[in-house]
Amino acid sequence: MITKGEILQTIEMIDQQHLDIRTITMGISLRECTHPDVGECCRKIYDKITRCAEKLVETGEQIEREYGIPIVNKRISVTPIAQVAGSCETEDYVPFAHTLDRAARAVGVNFIGGFSALVHKGFTCGDKKLIRAIPEALSTTERVCSSVNVATTRAGINMDAVAEMGRVIKKTAELTAESQGFGCSKLVVFANAVEDNPFMAGAFHGEGEGECVINVGVSGPGVVYHALKACKGLPFDEVAETVKKTAFKITRMGQLVAQVASKRLGVPFGVVDLSLAPTPAIGDSVADILEEMGLESVGAHGTTAALALLNDAVKKGGVMASSHVGGLSGAFIPVSEDAGMIRAAEKGYLSLEKLEAMTCVCSVGLDMIAIPGDTSAETISAIIADEAAIGVVNNKTTAVRIIPVPGKGVGERVDFGGLFGSAPIMPVHPCSSAGFIARGGRIPAPLNSLKN
Amino acid sequence: MRAIVTVIGKDRVGIIADVCSLLAKNGVNVLDISQTVMQEYFTMIMLVEKPDEGLAFDELSRLLDDAGREQGLSIRIQREEIFDAMHRI
Repeated sequence: MITKGEILQTIEMIDQQHLDIRTITMGISLRECTHPDVGECCRKIYDKITRCAEKLVETGEQIEREYGIPIVNKRISVTPIAQVAGSCETEDYVPFAHTLDRAARAVGVNFIGGFSALVHKGFTCGDKKLIRAIPEALSTTERVCSSVNVATTRAGINMDAVAEMGRVIKKTAELTAESQGFGCSKLVVFANAVEDNPFMAGAFHGEGEGECVINVGVSGPGVVYHALKACKGLPFDEVAETVKKTAFKITRMGQLVAQVASKRLGVPFGVVDLSLAPTPAIGDSVADILEEMGLESVGAHGTTAALALLNDAVKKGGVMASSHVGGLSGAFIPVSEDAGMIRAAEKGYLSLEKLEAMTCVCSVGLDMIAIPGDTSAETISAIIADEAAIGVVNNKTTAVRIIPVPGKGVGERVDFGGLFGSAPIMPVHPCSSAGFIARGGRIPAPLNSLKN
Repeated sequence: MRAIVTVIGKDRVGIIADVCSLLAKNGVNVLDISQTVMQEYFTMIMLVEKPDEGLAFDELSRLLDDAGREQGLSIRIQREEIFDAMHRI
């Protein structure tokens, strides 16, 4: 029999420490939806998504009520659209984004990921058309998320794609200037993208995935923070143990929800993603955890080490709690979505350079960072290149989700509202990287990719 | 199916009676019950058995929630598995 203390602990985690299931994401393959005619292809896409995900939201809500655990988001990821639309005789891929948006609205999910292309080694015709369509797609849809994979450890870095994505991000910001460049918050540039990530904006349903799958992303920075409060002044061995135990409990909850959802929807269970995903709510911050370890502010020397410990302990605790762990599985450090990160960035304690260092030891990358609107496309590309290099060399996923806020400069702030939060505009390096980006071509795969 | 009902709120006369009669009216059997009052706060935990027929779990959960809100209490019902998953290997 479960003890009273255990029951109350679970309830306290949910009520006061923001424990939740961050997302149930249904991955849907669209590979059977190809057709030379755009209209027909879009119709097949719409029908398949609405058929597979018809009961997704309803089932999620039912599980929430029965188990008393909030499931914040119900979402969908689909096969990278560049691969599906490649068969169509059209130059314009924007209608595919509109189709995804309509389907998402019809089934009631708040985001749908997969307006994506994988171009780490080169572009197909479809990839080029898709990337060209991103700015318009993101500015004329509400729920569509886009991602482009520009590098892998096996293939190296496609610097032509890196250069192009700098321009795409600028254009997206310009087209969504009315909402302060919000379109860019739905666009992720990846290195080593994973095929089963349930988190937005970078979710897509990868090549090796099945017809339809349920992936679950857990969360719970607040729970880890509260657990660490009981470890004041203790050595790191104790800190790591505490994080592991907490991560285990959080993940068990995710595993249970994933299994129940998979059974009720009649769709196989894919993975649980063990990410600590913060929200702007007070007490739901990854930065707070790092500061609880003894740092005056996140960004101080020691931040990278603290994050490395946290990230590793979360995985160690979580991995035994789930039968299949996947996705990104690591602590997220999105600046605008984390109250502690915002605080540190506003005080000038957290720089882009420090954030870049932090991404070496956690998932995922430079995430939700607002930079001056007049930042050049080449500088954005160079930021992407640096981040991709970290991912490629270290065999890990890295990403850039950066917003050059139109008309705003350093010292001002931007407010996206809701889960996207707000952020101060952070300075970028003043020197130009234009000559570096203009070279194009591919940065070869590193030696550590040659494992066979 | 077995579930855990928890009632948390300011103590007053008749909380147990009210919650139990609401459960009884809906055919829910109380298997175990424990309660304490900590600093004026009343905390009750019940293990209950809900028959598969009758009111849907969803509905019961809503009824308890509404009843709790009326009386300034937090009353929730959760399937037992969530606690097992979290605290038992």
